[in-house]
Amino acid sequence: MAEHSQHPPVRTYLVVAAVLSVITAVEISVFYLTIFERVLAPVLIVLSAAKFSLVVMFFMHLKSDHRTFTGLFVGPLAIAILITLALMALFGAFVVAQP
Amino acid sequence: MSSAHEATFGATGLDHRKMGVWAFLGSECMFFGSLIATYLVYKGKSAVGPHPHEILNIPLTSISTFVLLMSSLLMVLALAAVQRGDALGAKLWLFGTPFFGMIFLGFQVYEFRTFVSEGLTLQVNLFGASFFVLTGFHGAHVSVGVLWLLSLWVLALRNRLTRADSLLVEIAGLYWHFVDIVWIVIFTVVYLIQ
Repeated sequence: MAEHSQHPPVRTYLVVAAVLSVITAVEISVFYLTIFERVLAPVLIVLSAAKFSLVVMFFMHLKSDHRTFTGLFVGPLAIAILITLALMALFGAFVVAQP
Repeated sequence: MSSAHEATFGATGLDHRKMGVWAFLGSECMFFGSLIATYLVYKGKSAVGPHPHEILNIPLTSISTFVLLMSSLLMVLALAAVQRGDALGAKLWLFGTPFFGMIFLGFQVYEFRTFVSEGLTLQVNLFGASFFVLTGFHGAHVSVGVLWLLSLWVLALRNRLTRADSLLVEIAGLYWHFVDIVWIVIFTVVYLIQ
């Protein structure tokens, strides 16, 4: 039997696209607003992760598709993130300079 | 179960072509992960300028980011049109998606030309080397996606893309959305967190 994935209706795609546009607008606003200067990186990473997840879940249908596809994608993605963090730690990216 | 059906779906019941594309996208995560890691490791370590805050054009890149996001919307609209047998919609959205991709590439070519004219090249500093390699490989992926989608558009124009072929559009769409999510990360890591 072939897999039976239930793709969402067109209306869902339009809503997701609207949410993605709003998040992008918020990202750009946060970049320019000086009050977010001290928390800029964490806020932008959370917003970016939200956009990433929305596209993967709804546009790439991982939310409704077979879990094997999720494993094939999320496994290597997790390894890539861990390698990135390990390399950054190795090269001192997380070391805070002493005054 | 016919042998042709078994050849396509096997014992798992999952389409091998779709499994292959997801496995490929997993490997692409590792590929772009290594490029992004390299960019982050070299961040702030350039001995000479130009530095990111001196040269990156946020308003321009925001527009190109929005264009690429909207191309992802057109891609799912194209898939939905093919799945419901809407030939006109399929032709329209299958042209719109690569067209938006070409607009994105136009922005990137303009950005690269501007940066080179302002002194940022592959050789000048670590920022230039890691920036051009990362965004250049992403641009190459967008170019492949544009060609792939245009070939599907030609099939649609010749009425050779039916509901039975919707998996072809879905697979191309998976690749296109992947290119989009890579840019979501690049836009944040390279452009907004300077």
